[in-house]
Order: sequence, then structure tokens, then C-alpha cells
Amino acid sequence: MTVVFSRGFRGKRRDGPSDRVPPGQYLTDDFPVLSAGPTPHTPLEEWTFTIQGGAEPVSWTWDEFKTLPSEEPTVDIHCVTRWSKLDTSWKGVSVDTLLESVDHDASYVVAFCDGGYTTNLPIEDVTDGKAWVAYEYDGEDLDPEHGGPARLLVPHLYFWKSAKWVRGLSLRDEDEPGFWESNGYHLRGDPWLEQRYWGD
Amino acid sequence: MEIRDLKLDGNAIGGLMLELVGSDMTTTDCVCGGCGAHEEMARLDVYVGAGIVVRCPHCEAVMIRIVQSRERTWLDLSGTASLELTP
Amino acid sequence: MAAEVAAVRQETPKVRTLELAAPDWPGHRAGQHLDVRLTAEDGYQAQRSYSIASAPGEELALTVERLDDGEVSPYLVDEAREGDMLEVRGPIGGYFVWDGDEPEPVLLVAGGSGVVPLMAMARHRARTRATAPMRLLLSSRTLEDVIYREELDRLAAAGDGFAVVHTLTREQPRDWTGYSRRIDRDLLAEVAWPPSESPRVYVCGSTRFVDAAADGLLELGYEAESIRTERFGATGS
Repeated sequence: MTVVFSRGFRGKRRDGPSDRVPPGQYLTDDFPVLSAGPTPHTPLEEWTFTIQGGAEPVSWTWDEFKTLPSEEPTVDIHCVTRWSKLDTSWKGVSVDTLLESVDHDASYVVAFCDGGYTTNLPIEDVTDGKAWVAYEYDGEDLDPEHGGPARLLVPHLYFWKSAKWVRGLSLRDEDEPGFWESNGYHLRGDPWLEQRYWGD
Repeated sequence: MEIRDLKLDGNAIGGLMLELVGSDMTTTDCVCGGCGAHEEMARLDVYVGAGIVVRCPHCEAVMIRIVQSRERTWLDLSGTASLELTP
Repeated sequence: MAAEVAAVRQETPKVRTLELAAPDWPGHRAGQHLDVRLTAEDGYQAQRSYSIASAPGEELALTVERLDDGEVSPYLVDEAREGDMLEVRGPIGGYFVWDGDEPEPVLLVAGGSGVVPLMAMARHRARTRATAPMRLLLSSRTLEDVIYREELDRLAAAGDGFAVVHTLTREQPRDWTGYSRRIDRDLLAEVAWPPSESPRVYVCGSTRFVDAAADGLLELGYEAESIRTERFGATGS
């Protein structure tokens, strides 16, 4: 089938420095909102974050979570739908900090969320300073439309791994495909290797 | 822009389904695997995220998931108990 | 299939109609839409759905509103000119359609550019001299934003059972005697036929608009099955 080129069409993408923009990605200045379902609204008094699958489950209430040591990472983020956003600033608790409370020897985690969304990750991808549970974006409380009160933040992988409305991590011995990984999206999702889909 | 405005309906996947199935699916009767409700596909809730998620407007259960690369489309119908096709 | 822009017509400051010449176009029904795909020189592609503005039998036409942060609409509204090529797929949709032979009165409820598929229905009614009464309730921000204003005035003045009711939600001219608020149940009660007349209803606009209008009609006693809805995304750019 021959492609029909449209004279003068560019779209709103921008190119960026190739050491910061992975292959096939374009820069954006906005922060597109993408969603798999209605925004959950769990009241903070009922919110908990739980790590299950270790020697014992560990859980924090919202107040307890906010007293944990926090960090303020500035990171680039890359969505599998091809937009990238550089130098985004967040505040949250490092997953390393959370895992310190748990006795485990898991190789994988599954993040689970309000609304039922899940995503799977190897433990190496959420440790050693690579992942946070973030509750502030750009100096303000994280908007519900962007995953507030808290979302997972794993910027070195495609942003579908940065699960919105995260409520916990389930420690596993095996890699268990999550919501998108079980239907075409790559199990790991490294944007620098362009691991978007199964078989990539 | 609120997420409320990101909720579309089955009309929004009309072109995609026409291309995959070969005929119009907007009036196809779909049965929710969660609550058993019947609705034409045009009346289902459609969310556009990393992929497309089609949910039951009554119980919000995921009925269909769609992921598209340039060459391949993955279609998960496991949340849909039944589709009534009229070939 | 390939389509060439045959003519462009500015409707309002942010809205433009493009008439397309597509020799392989199979024809369409009033209310259907098509998908437009644009390919840039370097192969980058973007695709969006647009409702068909023309009636069956008329020159294929789309009416597009420019969304400021849009991907496709700024090109179609500001850049595309006669002779430019687009790729279109369609016609699409068997649900949100009106063929004109249905006997029931028709209530059309539109928010902004949601009027486009409903205009195809109004044009189809006029072309085929259909007799079912048809009423369009059109919500726009200002008078200047009303799409197809002159043509709607003309259709309403024809005296053949077509009527238009406007509501301007953001700003009204000084001598405005029409509605000046967002559509709600009371406004619908004054404009819509009573449910006992079993009208067919078509509602089109943003999700927020459609849900508010549909909820209002349900509160008035309309049956859910009689209300057909089509939601445009805010990102339907």
C-alpha cells in the first residue's frame, strides 16, 4: 500500500539531544494524561502502602508513609506512545527505603494499584536508586489525574511501568506479566533498547 | 483537563474494529464478563492509555484491551463473555 | 484511501470545513465519521477521527475544530490547502446514524464541534425532504463560535419542521434573548419533546457535555435506549 504524504505536516513533536531522547521518541512540553480507567479516589485516611510476599507483610498508612525519608529526584520520562519529557521533578520515597523493612529474597515484583492496574518488574529495576513511590510532582501534591496520591516512578523504563495510584508491591519468585505486559507490551520495557512490544 | 474528558465511548474504536473485523462493530451486542450486562459496543466506556481499555459502563470491569504496534494488534477479549456478530 | 483537499471554508475563527475529493469513497450515512491519517516527510504518522459534515450524496466534507495543543487539528485548520493529500478510512459507525426514514421526532443535542455529525443529519433531512420533526439544541461559547450559524438559520426558516435553539454559555450579545447557560435538566425540559412522543435523541460533544445532557434527559423520563451518544475527546485533536 502506498503511503500518502501530507505536505507540511509535522505534528507537535520536537526532536531532542539523542543522548537523552531514546530512539523513536519525541519531546513534549506538556504532560499528556493517559488512563486505563476512571480515576480512583481513595481517601487518605484509608490509604495504605503494603509490601507483601516477604517474611511478613509490611504496611504504612498515609501519615506513616509521609514520615519516611524522602528524596527529590529530577528525571527524564519516556512513554511508549512516543512522547518524552525531560527534567521532571518529583518527591517520594525510594523503593530501596521501603524494601529495607522487608526480609525477602524475591527476584521480581508486581506493583498493584487502586482500580486494578498491575505492572511487573525485576527487582533490579526497582532497587539501587532506580525507583520511588512519588507523591509530589513539580513541587505540588501529585494530581489524581497523574496518579495521586502516590504513584510508582521508574523512569529508566517506559512510563507504563510507573504505575498510577499504586498501593503496594507484591514480591515474587517468578516474573508475572501485569495489565499491559499480558497483552502485547514488552515484559521489561527498556526505552533505550526500544522494548515496546512482545518480541522486540 | 480531567480524566472525565478522557473517557470516550465505543464510537472511538469504530475504525480500529472495522479494520480488524471487516465490518462495523459499533452496534455489536457485547456481554460483560463481570456483570452480564448487554450493550452495543458504541455504548461501552473507552479509555486511551498506553493501549486502549474498553470497560463496562455499568460495573467498570475491563471488557477489552487493545495494544497496537505498527504491524501487529493484540486484542484481549477475556473480559467479554460474548459478542454477537452478524456475518 | 487517498483524499485530496478540494476546497476549504472557514466556519469560525477556530473551525474550518474541508471538502475532500476521494474517488474511491463508497458513500456514507448521516452521523458517520472517518479516520484521517497524516504522514510527515520522515514517515511520522498521526491519526484522528472526524465526523462527516456532509449529507449522504453531497461532496464529502469534514468540519474540524483546532485544539491548541492538538496534533492533527492545527494542520487541518491552519495549514492544509487545496491540492493537499490526506489518507482517510471509512465510513465508520452504524450506531450514531440517522437515515431519515425513521418516523419519530428527532432531538439533536450538540456541544460545540459536536454539532458536526448532527449537521449531516439536518442536511440529509433537508435534501430528502424527510418529514420527521427535527430539533437541534446547540450549545456554544459565544455567538461567534456558533458553527454553521447562517445555514442553521436558513434551515430553521424553511418552515418544514426543523428548529434550532441556541445556548451561549460564556458570553452573549447585548440583545440576546436566548439561553445563556450550560445545558441542564430544566433547559432540556423546555426544549425537548416529552418522552411520551418517543423521540430519537442524538447527543454529541465532549464527555462532560454528553454525560450532563444524557443525565438530564434520563431525569426527564427518557428511555436510555432512545438516547444515542458520541463523545469527542479533549485530545481528539
